[in-house]
Amino acid sequence: MINRTIAPEIKDATEFNLQLKPYEKFTLDNGVEVYAINAGAQDVLQLEMVFYAGNSYESANAVAAVTNHMLKNGTSTKTAFQINEHFEYYGSHCNRNCSNEVASLSLHTLNKHLNVLLPVMREMISDSVFPEDELATYKQICKQKLSVSLQKCDFVANRLIDAYVFGEAHPYGKVITAADYDAITTDQLKQHFNKYYLNGKCIIFVAGLLPKDIFQQLNKNFGSLSLNKQQIILPPHGILPAKEKKYRIQNDANGVQGAIRMARPFPTRHHPDYMKTMVLNALFGGFFGSRLMSNIREEKGYTYGIHSYIQNHIQDSAWLISTEAGKDVCEATVEEVYKEMKLLREELIDEEELSLVRNYLIGSILGDLDGPFHIIGRWKNIILNDLDEKYFYDSVTAIKTVSAEELQALSEKYLRAEDFYELIVI
Amino acid sequence: MIQYEKFTLANGLRVLVHEDKSTPMAVIDVIYDVGARDENPNKTGFAHLFEHLMFGGSVNVPVYDEPLQIAGGENNAYTSNDLTNYYCQLPAENIETAFWLESDRMLSLAFSEKSLEVQRKVVSEEFKEHYINKPYGDVWHKMRKLAYTKHPYKWMTIGEELSHVENATLQDVKDFFLEHYTPSNAILVVAGNVTIAEVKMLAEKWFAPIPAGNKYKRDLPQEPKQTEARKLEVRANVPLDAIYKCWHIYPRLDQRYYVVDLITEILSGGGSSRLFQSLVKEKKLFSNVECYHVGSTDAGLLTIEGKLLKGVSMADADAAINEELKKLQAEGVSAKELEKVKNKTESTMAFNDMSITERADSLAVYELLGDANLINTELGKYQAVTTTDIITESRIVFDEKNCSTLYYYSNNA
Repeated sequence: MINRTIAPEIKDATEFNLQLKPYEKFTLDNGVEVYAINAGAQDVLQLEMVFYAGNSYESANAVAAVTNHMLKNGTSTKTAFQINEHFEYYGSHCNRNCSNEVASLSLHTLNKHLNVLLPVMREMISDSVFPEDELATYKQICKQKLSVSLQKCDFVANRLIDAYVFGEAHPYGKVITAADYDAITTDQLKQHFNKYYLNGKCIIFVAGLLPKDIFQQLNKNFGSLSLNKQQIILPPHGILPAKEKKYRIQNDANGVQGAIRMARPFPTRHHPDYMKTMVLNALFGGFFGSRLMSNIREEKGYTYGIHSYIQNHIQDSAWLISTEAGKDVCEATVEEVYKEMKLLREELIDEEELSLVRNYLIGSILGDLDGPFHIIGRWKNIILNDLDEKYFYDSVTAIKTVSAEELQALSEKYLRAEDFYELIVI
Repeated sequence: MIQYEKFTLANGLRVLVHEDKSTPMAVIDVIYDVGARDENPNKTGFAHLFEHLMFGGSVNVPVYDEPLQIAGGENNAYTSNDLTNYYCQLPAENIETAFWLESDRMLSLAFSEKSLEVQRKVVSEEFKEHYINKPYGDVWHKMRKLAYTKHPYKWMTIGEELSHVENATLQDVKDFFLEHYTPSNAILVVAGNVTIAEVKMLAEKWFAPIPAGNKYKRDLPQEPKQTEARKLEVRANVPLDAIYKCWHIYPRLDQRYYVVDLITEILSGGGSSRLFQSLVKEKKLFSNVECYHVGSTDAGLLTIEGKLLKGVSMADADAAINEELKKLQAEGVSAKELEKVKNKTESTMAFNDMSITERADSLAVYELLGDANLINTELGKYQAVTTTDIITESRIVFDEKNCSTLYYYSNNA
């Protein structure tokens, strides 16, 4: 009979030697850099063209996101329908995504169809025409979607907490309204397109079981475009945080839950505290076994889930706690979060708990390095944040070596109740 | 081609192994042949509540999560109307930890009163978060009751009502465990950087000593054929009018299921699909419109839903949907349009197979359906669908007498 009360032997996760597979780098004729990860077993690839065209660069609210979305809504030779049909006929997905600094056009496809898809992507980034009718339809869609979102306490809370921390004038704190969509014109879109796509700065990330001629295919389609010629300057944006720290908002008279958000400003990945704070965050509220989850979900049952995280921003960041809790236990939940902060400031974390978090984080990185798409995702984050592979290896070292005393010092520095904005939206 | 090997332990537990040496990780996936359809109509939501309790400690291991996290692992689970699936991923060197944890909770739970008390609250908050405190959150509660009269698909996985979850007792938990959580009602899939020999040894060591228990015999009330159109109108505090239409389709293993699956792609599989192009872009009646089904094991529902643009009447919106369906019934699809949705299916399958977690999940689900090798043969079933099949099935499925329609009106529109 086996003794089931004794755990099997394990290899301590901190003994794992984590390696981030290096990229191959090419430069197209026009200077566009291509980062490539050639790995995997399936004949598929993911291509992402990243432009410095996010909402930090826009002339009015939502212009960057709408321009990015409408890259698929018509060129001088193809209608929106024809573009969609082309990608879909080959079973591929061509998506757009717009964030604060960058906006991208991506492709997921079986390798065998790449050669017929790239020319259409070329058209989209060099010859999009932004038809009036398409814009009118898309505005309607956006406004209707917004009206539904505004009824959700979590959506409202997410917008407001960002606005408190960064101010509405900052790209990270913008609050988009229906009137913003109404005000958008095709001229604004064309200007944004001209400056930030047609004559913009682009970086390409490609991953998968790459065809041998991948560089030639990319160079043929994108190497002669007028990209990376002009300097793209990030407009300066001041942070204007709210003065008031505590907010209670009634959004839905029939609401049975409240969306709780607590946040404080936090520096970027370049700050010396960043890597060790990531470990502290994991322990505090960053995974299922965290203090917040153990106490507020698994002990008290106030919520389906509670999380803390550092926002994935480039210019500046914030540390957030986020949960939806029963209407009657919202205030109690906020109190418990502060209690957990206090515990971290006042009591040293014991070695058993710290070791669990180290192992969990290392295992999680190991799992996340599974496959070419995940690996290129890590690299993309490193490159767009202007870091290098040292960042990856230093983060791993920080996980393996950070001490309980250092985590307590970080808690004293960053987990102070008086620094946090606090919001409940019901 | 996904390679795998299958063997069965003496207690009836089926084990599938899929080797992949390119990853440092291993995945253990345990699927139990029980879902919300197996619940007592007065105790709905129980299969899902039970999934939560599976993390509340087992007979020899006080907590599930911590030892797994110490071994560098992560885990999760989901419950559907058909099945309950638990999966974890960890460095392959530490795979025995997962065997230990999964086998102990298959052997027996701790049945802790405290865990039940807390998880009842957690699930209540989950119920509120997803189905009450959300615009249109109660649609499926209403739609299932309208479309199903007998079959237990008439209630949602989360439960028919909050009180069913709130009233669950520890005796209910024990009874459910004894009836469903036995080796003969489970499938174990191990994938990743493992060898078949190693998995055989570990399965014998940890799972073989678990008593076989009884094989659950499923005998569900079958849904009678719908013979007349059903309609329901509701009003709620939502910003926009919405319409939902459902038609009964086929069981998961029926060849006609694949025809219907491709029909949903033709109608709404992307920016060039029929409903989006016609109803959003050309006629400008909706801000979004979708067609989908959830791939349920017993005969499921094909759904078309959309949110109406402000100012559009429900009657016009409904008529426009029907017009598109009539067009499909009359003219069918071109060879090119059919080829498009088949290509998409091929591509979706290739991308799904990228991760070992997905491969393990697919193998477990297909084995539960009756044949793990469907992971390799199912594309052929899609390839076999003809333009004639599409026209035939669109005429059978999109019959008004087979349809349930929900008009969801906004109080503020």
